Amino acid sequence: MAAAGGEELDSDDGSEELVLTPLQLIRSLEQAWLNEKFAPELLESKPEIIECVVEQLDHMEANLKRAKKGDLKVSVHRMEIERIRYVLSSYLRCRLVKIEKFFPHVLEKEKSRAKGEPSILSPEEFAFAKEYMANTETYLKNVALKHMPPNLQKVALLKSVPKPNLDSFVFLRVLKRQENILVEPETDEQREYTIDLEEGSQHLIRYKTIAPLVASGAVQLI
Amino acid sequence: HCCLLRNQRCIVAYLYDRLLRIRALRWEYGSILPNAIQFHMAAEEVEWFNRYKKSLATYMRSVGGEEGLDLTQDIKPPKSLYIEVRCLRDYGEFEIDDGTTVLLKKNSQHFLPRWKCEQLIRQGVLEHILS
Repeated sequence: MAAAGGEELDSDDGSEELVLTPLQLIRSLEQAWLNEKFAPELLESKPEIIECVVEQLDHMEANLKRAKKGDLKVSVHRMEIERIRYVLSSYLRCRLVKIEKFFPHVLEKEKSRAKGEPSILSPEEFAFAKEYMANTETYLKNVALKHMPPNLQKVALLKSVPKPNLDSFVFLRVLKRQENILVEPETDEQREYTIDLEEGSQHLIRYKTIAPLVASGAVQLI
Repeated sequence: HCCLLRNQRCIVAYLYDRLLRIRALRWEYGSILPNAIQFHMAAEEVEWFNRYKKSLATYMRSVGGEEGLDLTQDIKPPKSLYIEVRCLRDYGEFEIDDGTTVLLKKNSQHFLPRWKCEQLIRQGVLEHILS
């Protein structure tokens, strides 16, 4: 990354002091973005990355304001800011689309989450999801359901709204070598088997099989 | 009883599909819908739309630092800093970042920063010229 982003950044993680260079930060943003784009379900929320990237963008904008006008570097830095902003926006938009698409399931998953498990929704996303659900429920009730006979006045949203298809196939690249990944049979004639994932290899596989590996960062969806 | 359930499902599906289209309108047109479209919406749908855009605005404001991050911008990856645009109708004066103002008159062509034009292109005031 060019001169404006040469300093190191402290991540506001709370539990641990993580010092990421801007390059690493943008790399992890891009990784999160690609994973979110290609995964069929909503992935873990990454508030630390988002916060750091926003800080970084503000920092770069401030630098640019102070720079001399007509300096060639200004254009290059501005282009960089635009690109980073695009990736961040695209990542957040992708998440919002998934939240809206699977809203009952997302809220249910968050409700039934165990204490130690990481959250898939940031607090703001959670508020957005709840408002979306309440809004839609109120609308359906007022427009149609209250006019229906009493035993039909509720719609089971969890059953009606389709669940994310975890069996869809995804492309991935292996970042850390994995051994003995259990692949479940698709049809009755096949039997389950295990495979080893070599570092650097690329595969086309059912999302369900490798979902935990995406969460741990062992593979990258492409 | 099965018929009743099926009818309920059909009605809810139709209504929900309309909601999804209205949601798409917010992302395409912005906060204010053209009158022609508003004419086709029921009162409850307008209410849903208003609540949705408020919810979305709250979320966007919470995301990026002080002013928030407008997620309806930057829909496509940026290809270049400045773009050639033609003005489709009279808009008036338009100020760019370095303080200079541009007069947007119908059929005038300008070479402007991309991020400033995105909103106006979506509203139909400017047209991106691809050479």
